[in-house]
Amino acid sequence: MSKLTPVLSANWDQADSFTIDGYKRSGGYTAVAKALAMNPDEVIQLVKDSGLRGRGGAGFPTGSKWGFIPQGDNKDHYFVVNADESEPGTCKDTPLMMANPHVLIEGVIIGSYAIRANYAFIYIRGEVTHVVRRVQQAIEDAYKAGLLGKNILGKGFDLELVLHVGAGAYICGEETALLDSLEGFRGQPRLRPPFPAIAGLYAKPTVVNNVESVASVPAIVNQGVAWFTSMGTEKSKGFTLYSLSGHVNNPGQFEAPLGITLRQLLEISGGVRKGHKLKFWTPGGSSTPIFTDAHLDVPLDYEGVAAAGSMLGTKALQIFDETTCIVRAVLRWTEFYKHESCGKCTPCREGTWWLVQVLKDLEAGKGSEADLDKLLDLCDNIMGRSFCALADGAASPIISSLKYFRQEYLDHLSAGACPFDPMAATLFESAGVK
Amino acid sequence: MSIQELSTEQAVEMITCVIDGFEVTVPKGTLVIRAAEKLGIQIPRFCDHPLLAPAGACRQCLVDIEINGRAFPKPQASCTIPVENGMVVKTQLTSPVADKAQKGIMELLLINHPLDCPVCDKGGECPLQNQAMSNGRGESRFEGVKRTFEKPVAISSQVLLDRERCVLCARCTRFSEQIAGDPFITLNERGALQQVGIYEDEPFDSYYSGNTVQICPVGALTGTSYRFRARPFDLVSTDSACEHCASGCAMRTDVRRGKTLRRLAGEDASVNEEWNCDKGRWAFKYEVAKNRITTPLIRDANGQLQEASWPEALAAAAAGLKDARAGVLVGGRATVEDAYGYSKFARVTLGTNNIDFRSRSHSDEELDFLSTVSTNATYKDIDNADHVVLINFEPEDESPIVFLRIYKQVHKRAIKVTSIASLASRGSEKLNANLVKTAPGNEVASINSVTDLTGKSVVLVGERASETQGALSAVAKLVKESGAKLGWVPRRAGERGAIAAGAMPNSLPGNRLISDAAARVDIATAWAVDSLPSATGLSTQEIINSDLQAVVIGGVDPMDISPDAKLKLSKKFIVSLEIRQSDITEIAAVVLPVAAVVEKSGSFVDWQGKVRKFEAAVEQSLNRSDVRIISMLADEIGKPINLPTVKSARVELESIGNWDGAKPEMKSTVSNSTKSVGPEEAILSSWRNLLDKGSLQDGEENLAGTARGSVIVISKSRASYLGVKENDLVRVSNNYGAVTLPCAIGDIEESTVWVPRNSLNSQLIRNLGVVSNSVVKVAKA
Repeated sequence: MSKLTPVLSANWDQADSFTIDGYKRSGGYTAVAKALAMNPDEVIQLVKDSGLRGRGGAGFPTGSKWGFIPQGDNKDHYFVVNADESEPGTCKDTPLMMANPHVLIEGVIIGSYAIRANYAFIYIRGEVTHVVRRVQQAIEDAYKAGLLGKNILGKGFDLELVLHVGAGAYICGEETALLDSLEGFRGQPRLRPPFPAIAGLYAKPTVVNNVESVASVPAIVNQGVAWFTSMGTEKSKGFTLYSLSGHVNNPGQFEAPLGITLRQLLEISGGVRKGHKLKFWTPGGSSTPIFTDAHLDVPLDYEGVAAAGSMLGTKALQIFDETTCIVRAVLRWTEFYKHESCGKCTPCREGTWWLVQVLKDLEAGKGSEADLDKLLDLCDNIMGRSFCALADGAASPIISSLKYFRQEYLDHLSAGACPFDPMAATLFESAGVK
Repeated sequence: MSIQELSTEQAVEMITCVIDGFEVTVPKGTLVIRAAEKLGIQIPRFCDHPLLAPAGACRQCLVDIEINGRAFPKPQASCTIPVENGMVVKTQLTSPVADKAQKGIMELLLINHPLDCPVCDKGGECPLQNQAMSNGRGESRFEGVKRTFEKPVAISSQVLLDRERCVLCARCTRFSEQIAGDPFITLNERGALQQVGIYEDEPFDSYYSGNTVQICPVGALTGTSYRFRARPFDLVSTDSACEHCASGCAMRTDVRRGKTLRRLAGEDASVNEEWNCDKGRWAFKYEVAKNRITTPLIRDANGQLQEASWPEALAAAAAGLKDARAGVLVGGRATVEDAYGYSKFARVTLGTNNIDFRSRSHSDEELDFLSTVSTNATYKDIDNADHVVLINFEPEDESPIVFLRIYKQVHKRAIKVTSIASLASRGSEKLNANLVKTAPGNEVASINSVTDLTGKSVVLVGERASETQGALSAVAKLVKESGAKLGWVPRRAGERGAIAAGAMPNSLPGNRLISDAAARVDIATAWAVDSLPSATGLSTQEIINSDLQAVVIGGVDPMDISPDAKLKLSKKFIVSLEIRQSDITEIAAVVLPVAAVVEKSGSFVDWQGKVRKFEAAVEQSLNRSDVRIISMLADEIGKPINLPTVKSARVELESIGNWDGAKPEMKSTVSNSTKSVGPEEAILSSWRNLLDKGSLQDGEENLAGTARGSVIVISKSRASYLGVKENDLVRVSNNYGAVTLPCAIGDIEESTVWVPRNSLNSQLIRNLGVVSNSVVKVAKA
């Protein structure tokens, strides 16, 4: 376990980690006092210097994002936390908010102070009611403790924090769709420019940060840039939560420095389930091109994963062993994207509708090899042609699966059916189920 | 999030970029797709529309772009990206990537499209069909199941939606929100099941809904009245002008075998841009009404109208007019050429200035205003205005394109709008107008209270200002003192032209005052007559009340003037020039059939003073324009006016030109005292809703289905005084009669009650004998 660096998850084993007292006992809400004593620009500079990058998928430097907010513009600024975690396989923000909502709130206060926002919002997906309740309670407690509201800690800084519950659309994790949804409209991505830093929520300068990014800030404030940059790799600094799921013995959250490999993470998490071997995996949720057992030693940082042809994404490592049918897995993901396509642009809306039909046929062993080329060409007409990145995410697993497992697709066609037993891939007992 | 438009007065920075190897220089802010158009390069598109904010939704217009050698990693939507210096664009013509991207999008757009082109109204004029041919793959590779929907869905009585044809470009929803300010349709659901929808139980209640049908790039939105009536290639299209109001819309009239099948908004950037209202689009069935008059008629000894030949009818009319003391009522819908014919006929043939185009409330003060105060406001002035003041003028109901232009600036620049009116109408609420709540009759004080006017402000006054003594004088003073631009916006299309033609008792053609001897000489010379009558003539009401023996009447409804007009006119020898049987033909001695607008050529003058020429759309018609018949009648009487064709009238009027001599100042009329009302009384306020019982809307049920409901508007305190709640019946009455309608509780001046002027169960001259500025009783019905 020596490779793990629990920071965000350090107190998750405490029974009262989610309470304000529990959080304070483990050193919580000391960073906010420190930050409020600093000049806001110094806070931004600190985060810039730390090299903290967005943990929601794109990896954009958090400090730079804060620095884009025009200052002295006589406009309200808004700080928005994207807690609409919905990428398949991604399950880090939900446990973080369950186990330690106050670290998020502390990050929100510091971030809002830095960008001079007096209103902040946490946008949580509506399905996770238990998390909504817990964060709501934490916000109430923070208000009572004088950490939110007027004149926070007597430092003259005011902040109102509003929890907003989404209605369960994947697209609302896209930051501009999130802002539309937060304003009360249908969540659909907005045309950019203007970017949220110039005209975001209610057309005012707005920062939108992922939960984990925001929650990482208090530790940086407390322990400094040198401490943070001592972890990670050259361009991917610090620690992060890796979420392992699927055919792995001990699934869960593993907080480690950026640049750790799957091989190391599998060692820590007890390896692929007994008697099976790794077949393919996603480095950062279903929208990132899949990897295979050839990629076990790829450093899981932004650059390493990109160099190997995928994206670090949300660091949601979904592990699939050899019992899994690649066509079936890809079809399931594609059905998800079809269901979640917002409908705004043609390639995503119509493309996912079509992809599902082609993949269904292929999974059933219908069609010919030419259909694989058609599928790839179709992906080429969708990838990079859509309004937002949702459709790119839909095409990625298909393209990458054909790259590594084309033969398996052909096996379906020659067999005229799926050669796999879907029960064998389930995690529960398969004996006698067939 | 609106994009600030560059003021036209600012110097615009020019940008040079290269598209497909050709340099093009365009103003900063121009989108790539439009810069390409300048070079004649057509990039296919669906959601893009030059008058709507960019959406980037359909992705059909993808092109490759690099800026100063740095290429975008993927093709960009050319409808969302403004040109930049050093930009190099490669469209489908020079970039294989862009070409494949476009073909790919087209194939995707078609997978869920039914391809029912052979039965679709749009087939033959369909951007999807055309661009699928020009920028598509030809053969689809889609072998799956298409999405289907129940069809069609009526989103209003006049617009139908076939959801499976929709490509979800959001042009219709963006139009409704951004241009009309009526966001009553929206996109619902998501993914391929996304669809245009209305709110539950709320139809698409917009005066501008027809534009969505026109800009739909596929056949998803169709007009109920036109659906399945024709194929585009069977239609003969003629550029025309709208006859319904003074907005001046350019139109296109589509005719098949002598029958108008549809009318579309034409393009004119300086007038209606590309829009029109639903009345202009769909109200044309009156031309083919059953009561259309097709032959001349003469009243026989038994008092019955009998069909007659043209020579018989002209002889009968001439006999009645010759040597009679006569007058002419032109009506508000004549073309300039026809009005000029009537104007010359009155002076030369009948030897009188008893001629008036005003077939509505009118006053001497108004006559003075119209002949002495120059109006100079234009649509462009609205575009640049800092403040628009509306005085007794409800643009959404009374000149809908004026409304759109003001709304555009309210939407884009949040300009200030002030409305002097009795109540906050839906239109003025959409304009976010500062309402100066004014009881009819009290307008003068409100006009005098207007401040903050500059040379960039625009004052728009409606024809209803004549209903309050002193109001037009106050307007003239306000404009003179502030330097603001002034527009007088009548409701009817012919009024401004009639003024230009001199079809009024105190003026000759070209704004020449009869009282000015030099002006009379001008016209006498032009008309080659020795002299012209010099006494100011009688106004419409005076002609009706007078002892004149004969009256020549164009398109006039006596119920637009006064309740006893018909009775009084019936005692005179009436020559009626009409397209349909009417109250006037019922009392006429001779009826001469004339052409409807689509059957003739001519021109209107819009509220700006801009001439709107049009040609006959229905060529086969035997019907003739009024001027030609009036000219024949003058010949028959023996005092010819020599205007045998519309063209001859136009040429002659143009050659006369406008008066360039001095003009007297408008005489100032002071307002009369204000009325006081008891608790059960109110001052009557009214105007005509855009869609109402107007005779030109006859026969178009689908249009009528979207008319706003007839309601009496009362204030909250009056409602509680009467003990009524919204939709309870309220009765407005006077000694003449009563109107009973459901009530609406609105933001209305306390002493005022508002009743629709000419709507279902509420035709005020018929029901109350008055239209405004009069004390009525209000009670719970």
